[in-house]
Amino acid sequence: MSEHKTHITSYTTHFMVLLALLILTWATVSITNINLGPYSVTAALLIACLKATLVLLYFMHLKFDSKILKISFSAVMVVFALVILLTFFDYLFR
Amino acid sequence: MSETAAQLNFFQETQGRKGILAWILSTDHKRIGLMYMYTIMVFFIVGVLLGLGIKMELIAPGLTVMGPQAYNSFFTVHGVIMIFVIVIPGLPAIFGNFFLPIMIGAKDVAFPKLNLFSWYLFIIGIITVLISLFTFGGPPDTGWTFYAPYSFKTTTNMFPAVLGAFILGFSSILTGLNFITTIHRMRAPGMRWMKMPLFAWSIYGTGWIQLFATPIVGITLLMIIAERFLKIGFFDPALGGDPILYQHLFWIYSHPAVYIMILPAMGVISEIIPTFARKGIFGYNAVVISTMAIAIVGYFVWAHHMFTSGMSTTAQFVFSLLTFFVAIPSAIKVFNWVATLYKGSIRLEVPLIWALGFLFLFMIGGFTGLFLGAVATDVHVHNTTFVVAHFHYIIFGGMGSAFFAALHYWLPKMYGRMYNKYWATVGWATFFIGFNVLYFPMFILGYQGMPRRYYDYLDQFHGLNIVSTLGAFIMVAGIFVIILNLIRGARHGEQATMNPWEGRSLEWTVPSPPPLENFDEIPDLTKSSAHPA
Repeated sequence: MSEHKTHITSYTTHFMVLLALLILTWATVSITNINLGPYSVTAALLIACLKATLVLLYFMHLKFDSKILKISFSAVMVVFALVILLTFFDYLFR
Repeated sequence: MSETAAQLNFFQETQGRKGILAWILSTDHKRIGLMYMYTIMVFFIVGVLLGLGIKMELIAPGLTVMGPQAYNSFFTVHGVIMIFVIVIPGLPAIFGNFFLPIMIGAKDVAFPKLNLFSWYLFIIGIITVLISLFTFGGPPDTGWTFYAPYSFKTTTNMFPAVLGAFILGFSSILTGLNFITTIHRMRAPGMRWMKMPLFAWSIYGTGWIQLFATPIVGITLLMIIAERFLKIGFFDPALGGDPILYQHLFWIYSHPAVYIMILPAMGVISEIIPTFARKGIFGYNAVVISTMAIAIVGYFVWAHHMFTSGMSTTAQFVFSLLTFFVAIPSAIKVFNWVATLYKGSIRLEVPLIWALGFLFLFMIGGFTGLFLGAVATDVHVHNTTFVVAHFHYIIFGGMGSAFFAALHYWLPKMYGRMYNKYWATVGWATFFIGFNVLYFPMFILGYQGMPRRYYDYLDQFHGLNIVSTLGAFIMVAGIFVIILNLIRGARHGEQATMNPWEGRSLEWTVPSPPPLENFDEIPDLTKSSAHPA
C-alpha cells in the first residue's frame, strides 16, 4: 500500500466545484424557460454531462488517479457513447 | 507448522471452522469456486428436467402433459435458471475462481471477502427467483427476456423473478471486478501479459463485459419494475413509452452476455487442445487478440435480435454488418485450435473428446448464426425453433461442452482423484448423440415454419418433434451418466497424480488438491521464456 499516493484537494477547489454545480443546476432549470425546440433535451443532457464530469474529476478524484484508472474509465465512456450512437441508428431513421 | 500446513490440502485446512461453516465463511477462492459449482449443478439438474418437460409436451400436438400456462412457465423458468444461474456464472465463477489465481501465480483473488459476498448475492438472487415460483400469481410466463409490454401487464409473479435477475447481475459484476483487479495486480513475477494462460485471458475479457454490460440490464430490470408499479411510461405505448426501447436495453446486455458465456468456454478449449496435442497453441497472439476483439465487437451487435421488431432499416443494415464482423475473431480461434492439432502428438483423453465435440457443435451453432445475422433469412426464421436450435448449439453445445470439458480436465486437480474414463466416454457419446438428435430437427422444423414458445403445433411438424423428444431423453441419460461418474470419481476415484495430463500451466505444478494458499512461495517466472499455454 506504500505505493498508493493520496491527494488532498483544497477546500477552495471543493467550494469552486460546488459553486459550479449549483450554477449549472440553475442553468438546467432556467433553460426550460427558453424554447429550444428539439434541442432542449440536448441542452439539458450537455449540462448534466458537464456536472457529472466535475463530480468525477474532483469529488471522485479521477483527476488525481493513476493512468490505468483514467484509461479504464474512459473506455467505459467510449463504449457508452458508441452504444448511444448505435441506438440512434434506429431512432433517427425509423 | 509450515511443514504440516504444506501437507494439508484446502479441503483439510478448515481454518478452525467445522461442517458447513468451513465452507460458507471461507474466503478461499477454491472453496468459493466449489460452492458455486455445487449450487450450479443442482440448478442445472432442475433446468434440465424443466427442459425435458418442455420436450415431453411437444412430443405430440395438443395438450400432452401440460396446458399453455404451465408450458409458458416451464420455458420461462427453464430460461431464467439456465441463463442467469448456470451459463452466465458457470465457467467464470467455478473455474475462474478455482484456477485463475493459481494460473497467474497468486495466493487468492484480489478481494477475497468481496468474492464470498458475490456468492451470497448469487444465493440471494436464486432464492428471490424461486420465491416467484411458489408465491401469489404463480411462476412468470414471459420467457427469460421479460419483454415489454407483456412483462408489466402479466398477472403472474414477475416482480421477484426480475428482482432475482437483478441481484444475480450484481453478483456477476462483483466477480468480474474481482477478476480484472486480480489479473492486473496479482500476477506472479515474470507472468507478463503475453505469457498469461489463455484461460486467464478469456476470464479477463469476460470480466470487462461483466463490468460494462451487466449494469445496463440491472437498470433495465428496475425500469420494468418501476413501469409495472409506478406507470412511468418508459415502455408502455399507452403512456408515451416505446416497447422497442426495452428490447434495445435488454439486448445491450444480453447479447454481450452470450460472450460472457462463450469466452471462458473458448479459454477452456484453448487450454485443453495444446495440452492433449502436446504442443504449444498455434498463434498465441492471434488467440489473445481475437479474445479481446470478440469482447469488444460483441458489445455492438445486440440489435440483430430485433430485426423484426420494427426498428429502422438503417439500424438493421448496421447491426447486420457488425454481426458479420464478430464472426471473424471466432473463426480465427477455430482455425488456431485446428492448426494446433495439426501434426500434434495427440493423446485422445476425455477432455479432448469434449473439446472436439465443442468444435463440431460450436461450428454448427456459429454457421447457423450467420443465417440469423443476415436480415433476409432472419425475417424468415425469426421466432421459430431454428433460433432455439442455433442458441442451444452455441450455448449448450459450445459452453456446455466446454463446461464438461473443464470438469473432466480439472477434476483430478480439484479433488486429487480420477474419474472412470470408460464411463466418461460413454457419457460423452450418449450426450453427443442425444444432443444432435434433440436439436438438429429443430433447425428443419424452424425452417419449415414451426414457431417457438407454443405448447401446440400443426400436425405436419409431428414426426420431427417425436425424434427431437427422443433425443432429449437420450441426452438427459448421457448427462446423468456423466454427472454420476464425476461424483463417483471425486469421492472414490483413483488417486490422481499432480500432473496427469502433462499440462504446462501453473496449476499443474501444485499438489492435487492444492494447498490453502496454493503456493509455498510465489513462483518466479522471470527466467521462463515460453507462455504456459
